[in-house]
Amino acid sequence: MHRILSRLLGAILTLFITWTVVFGAMRLAPGDPVLLMLQGTPISDAAMDSARAKLGLDRPFVVQYVSFLADAVRGNFGDSFRSRQPVMTLIAAEFPYTLQLAFGGLVVGLLLGSVLGVVAGVRSNGWIDTICMTLALAGLSLPSFWLGMILIQVFATQLGWVPVLGSGFDALILPSITVGLFIAGGLGRLVRNSIIEVMAQDYIRTAYAKGLSAVRVIAKHAMRNAVIPPLTLLGIQFALLIGGAVVTETVFARPGIGRLLVQAVLEKDFPVVQGVVVLTTAAYVLINLLIDIAYGIIDPRVEA
Amino acid sequence: MIRVSRLLGAPGAAVGACVLLVVLTLAVLAPLLAPYDWNATSQCRRLAPMSAEHWFGCDLFGRDILSRVMYGARFSLAMGVSTVAISLVFGALFGIVIAYGGGRIDAIGARLIDAMLCFPPIILAILIVAVLGVGLWNAALAVGMSGVPRFARITRAATLSLVARDFVEAARAVGSGHARIVLRHLLPNLAPILIVITTLDLGSAVLFTATLSFLGLGAQPPTPEWGAMLNAGREYVRYAPWTMIFPGLALFVTVMAVNLVGDRLSLVLDPRQRGRG
Repeated sequence: MHRILSRLLGAILTLFITWTVVFGAMRLAPGDPVLLMLQGTPISDAAMDSARAKLGLDRPFVVQYVSFLADAVRGNFGDSFRSRQPVMTLIAAEFPYTLQLAFGGLVVGLLLGSVLGVVAGVRSNGWIDTICMTLALAGLSLPSFWLGMILIQVFATQLGWVPVLGSGFDALILPSITVGLFIAGGLGRLVRNSIIEVMAQDYIRTAYAKGLSAVRVIAKHAMRNAVIPPLTLLGIQFALLIGGAVVTETVFARPGIGRLLVQAVLEKDFPVVQGVVVLTTAAYVLINLLIDIAYGIIDPRVEA
Repeated sequence: MIRVSRLLGAPGAAVGACVLLVVLTLAVLAPLLAPYDWNATSQCRRLAPMSAEHWFGCDLFGRDILSRVMYGARFSLAMGVSTVAISLVFGALFGIVIAYGGGRIDAIGARLIDAMLCFPPIILAILIVAVLGVGLWNAALAVGMSGVPRFARITRAATLSLVARDFVEAARAVGSGHARIVLRHLLPNLAPILIVITTLDLGSAVLFTATLSFLGLGAQPPTPEWGAMLNAGREYVRYAPWTMIFPGLALFVTVMAVNLVGDRLSLVLDPRQRGRG
């Protein structure tokens, strides 16, 4: 209980620091928010003052900061400069698409990364290992926006197997592969190292000694133990998924949080930028906190 | 010399080093080797396919893609190196200072690093671009700054283990000042780790800056940066796939080469890995 409480406090402190950074960054951003909102429409000084008062920009800096933190906790990020809709409404509308893509990418990444890692780890230091790890390195080196463009060109335009646009399952296949390959490379390397470690354990030798086939030993004994540790690094996967989503949504012209963020930066729509960044860090901290707490429950030794 | 031969002993690293050498040569000698001016437009060569005159074809404005890819190597390598340099200098400095300072300084610094690591790097980089504005060097600065927490964490951990060692204690005992201890005793011992993380990071730095340019947040047209070229060619991929194939291939091959060398370098320089591979 004490451990959970201290982790919780740590997470709150972390969020406090990250949100302070976001607040500071947004105040440093060039351009007056009222002028950005008006997009070039002329305005009288009186109207300008009243608009500033409405946005709370006439208040002292410290008051603005405290109210920003209070609003962030409540999920209130104001209205978009462009669409004039509440930022939270915009994010809520885009979020399901990013979630779909992240899930699809995670499935492809986990499958491919595990296969690469297990095959390489079981046959470590041989030519199969070299090929698998070179492929994993290629996955890490492949620009995902380029991969996405090639997949569209080959499978959607030339072969016509899947649609480029749309909201169905078909339209999710190519984006998921694009995000998945991004993850598979790093994951494959982690799984390989983990498998090599596990294969040297006594219980694997025992399993062989019992006369089990190699396939059974690997599938039932080695894989279970070797694949789990890298999977618990979900925090890192989350960062990669977000990175993958930002790029993939742009390439495939899919709706989603990533595209919303990039558009907002290009259009200087700062409330949207602020909202997306604050929520992303919150999600990241929350995921890590949950994993941390789950560790303690699954493995009591962590408590010590 | 032994280390160099060990470094290039693996076929992958040797291939990577050769490719890097070629890319570097093309980047340096681009003005001499490029068949055309990278910015020379021509109405009649718009989206011209690959031919004997234009090996990689032409883009929407009739510019020779081969020449642009050659010049692009300059931008991609320069941006990659400068971003890693920014991450290294600021990250290492911060990590060493807090770990050497110890006590409360270290506790606060470590908490700050942890908090900054909660920003997914691309989100942090985009946030910085939002503040600085869109552009080639702003993107490089943003990517560099987004790497600072990662470098700081690794440097801090390495410094903490060094500070507790006898030679630091001995240096202090003979009256060495802080600057001398950091520069003469800590830095040389940190060098292998810093070299390894720098090389391992270089590939992703090149990729990352190109990604920002592709998103329209980095290099702007007509700069022949690979990511920006891919972004510009995006609309015409259907009719002229060469506008996208070659800049992307150049980027992929370069990053792969850097990663192959970096991977091997980490194996050769990492004391725990000595005697293996």
